[in-house]
Amino acid sequence: MDKFFFTLALLVYCVSFVGFFIHMLTLRKEAKRWALVVLTFGFILHGTSIGARWIEAGRPPFVSFHEALSLVAFFLAGLYLLLEIKYRLKTIGTFVTPIILVTMGAAAAQPQKIVPLPPALHSVWLPIHATICFVAYAVFALAFCISVMYLIQERQIKQKRLGGLFRRLPSLDALDVMNERCIKVGFPLLTIGIVTGSIWAEEAWGRYWGWDPKETWSLITWFLYAAILHQRLTVGWRGKRAAIMTIIGFCAVLFTFLGVNFLLHGEHSYATGF
Amino acid sequence: MPRGFDKRDAIVLIGVNHKTAPVEVREPMALKGLDQEPLELFRSVDHVREVLFLSTCNRVEVLFTSSSPGKSLAGLKGIWAEKSGLPLGVLEEHLYEYRDEDAIRHLFMVASSLDSMVVGEPQILGQLKDAYRHASEQKTTGMVLNRLLHKAFSVAKRVRTETKIGSQAVSISYAAVELARKIFGELGDKVAMLIGAGEMAELAAQHLRAGGIKRLIIANRTLERAVELSHELGGEAIGLDEIEDAMIEADIVISSTGAPGLVLTKEQVKRTMRPRRHRLLFLIDIAVPRDIDPGVNDIENVYLYDIDDLKGVVEENKEQRAKEAKKAERMVEAEVLKFLSWMKTLDILPVIQGIQAKAEAIRKRELERSRKRLGGLTKEQEEAIDVLTNSIVQKIIHDPIIVLRKNASNEEATEVLLDAATTLFNLDSDL
Repeated sequence: MDKFFFTLALLVYCVSFVGFFIHMLTLRKEAKRWALVVLTFGFILHGTSIGARWIEAGRPPFVSFHEALSLVAFFLAGLYLLLEIKYRLKTIGTFVTPIILVTMGAAAAQPQKIVPLPPALHSVWLPIHATICFVAYAVFALAFCISVMYLIQERQIKQKRLGGLFRRLPSLDALDVMNERCIKVGFPLLTIGIVTGSIWAEEAWGRYWGWDPKETWSLITWFLYAAILHQRLTVGWRGKRAAIMTIIGFCAVLFTFLGVNFLLHGEHSYATGF
Repeated sequence: MPRGFDKRDAIVLIGVNHKTAPVEVREPMALKGLDQEPLELFRSVDHVREVLFLSTCNRVEVLFTSSSPGKSLAGLKGIWAEKSGLPLGVLEEHLYEYRDEDAIRHLFMVASSLDSMVVGEPQILGQLKDAYRHASEQKTTGMVLNRLLHKAFSVAKRVRTETKIGSQAVSISYAAVELARKIFGELGDKVAMLIGAGEMAELAAQHLRAGGIKRLIIANRTLERAVELSHELGGEAIGLDEIEDAMIEADIVISSTGAPGLVLTKEQVKRTMRPRRHRLLFLIDIAVPRDIDPGVNDIENVYLYDIDDLKGVVEENKEQRAKEAKKAERMVEAEVLKFLSWMKTLDILPVIQGIQAKAEAIRKRELERSRKRLGGLTKEQEEAIDVLTNSIVQKIIHDPIIVLRKNASNEEATEVLLDAATTLFNLDSDL
């Protein structure tokens, strides 16, 4: 049942991406409006799939790699919709939906069967810790998108090539402000995510911090974003430098989220092999 | 058309614009200082039924409908020449004159900003709307002009939304403002600085003001000129030696001094970036020779555009706009045709009204005649007879009227049908 809704959501997200793409090409407002409606519909389907899986598994669906990817995509779609309701930013959809699609695609490629939860991980902290971390990842993914757009637009203006893309992207200041907002929301979330994680670790493994690769890398990520925020607030780092830093920060997020899982092994690995 | 009915009024438009008349002619024709309302003046001309007067800095036009356009035109020109103080000959030399289809097309082109000096500039639509509002307050517009103007507004809106005609800047100072928008988004909290108080800088500053900037700082070699301009534009005047301090606050800098050397060096700009907390800085150098070191563009978060860069932007936009204008003209053409077919339905109105009036007259007469023989009737019975006769009459004339309406847009068919209807109902002799 959850698989059916998941596949449907993936297809609907594809349609929404096509809509955003058409909007980017033609700048027709209706295209964007429809793309947003379709995306909302996909978001609801996606939520249904996650809910169905929760019921089916009898535990929060935050355990396997498939589930983790699916959740990040879900939060990213939700966040983008929120942002759109609040700020109405020209063509961000065209940049965000591909990331949603890639994440969903990766989730679809993972084994989807429901694996049992190791008894050590049974805790209320599982949904709390995982949700907070995944939302933080989604926020950073959004900041990444915005930074990429910033760098493209910055380059166009710097080199005085004011073609079609220039007209279609938002203004530099708007992108920079949005980036700042994302970091200001994402950083506290990441902090809380790490804190709740260590509380849970104490409960499950009897230690707050064990320098497990995932823990180490999340700390590195935390320091990177702390540096971005610090520099912005004290020296006024912004614009291009902030955008590049945000992209580097997101690479660290990716490594914490994925790399640690595949390259290094620790107790945090998603339960694919169980 | 000798049918006993008036042919519908002709739509006529006469006027001058930036292409046909110099400002010395356009100015008096605007009839600004007149103590009399120009609309009243024009309406008093023989046979003029509805009238609209449009006056902007680039054009002065009178749009009117008349049952006898030739006579009205002569009268109108006479009175216009008299009141503007221009000799009639001069007036006629610069005037253009359009009738019916051409008048409609011209109006649509004007509303869509296809006839403007800067094609696609958006002000004209607002000015036309104002002119129309004024005319309808003065009650000088009627069925035809109301519909025509509303159509013109909707055509203009279509052109604006469906073509990219208004989306690109085609003047250098406006291009600068558009660029500023792409860097800063809203300009509401931004500070602009002018270095040098030349004409170009003034124009750009006006555009920035219209764009809604918060503050304007004007730096000039001679402080008097800076003060003078700051009064004119609303800003603060400073001397050239205070530029570096002012740069800390400024977001947009427009430089246009006549200085032979550089006014802003790369080092100077670099120095200001730290106290500016690396806020984006947009520099526009419209001076020849240049005021600002071109190397400034390499500094992070600083964007420098000189006059050639801006010209490049403008040229590209102009080409694009010319292409879009072609598309817009096709759109206007389609709308003109639609309006003409509505106009044709006006031809049949008098005939339909004639049929209805005649039928009603017959009904009344026959009813009157039969009343005596019917004797005393109750109120209900009287009403019933009234309803009965009325519905018989309506049913009989219903089909002919429907046929007339349906064929109204087909000129040939209308011609034949109107003649037939007039003959069959014998409308000529009765009315």
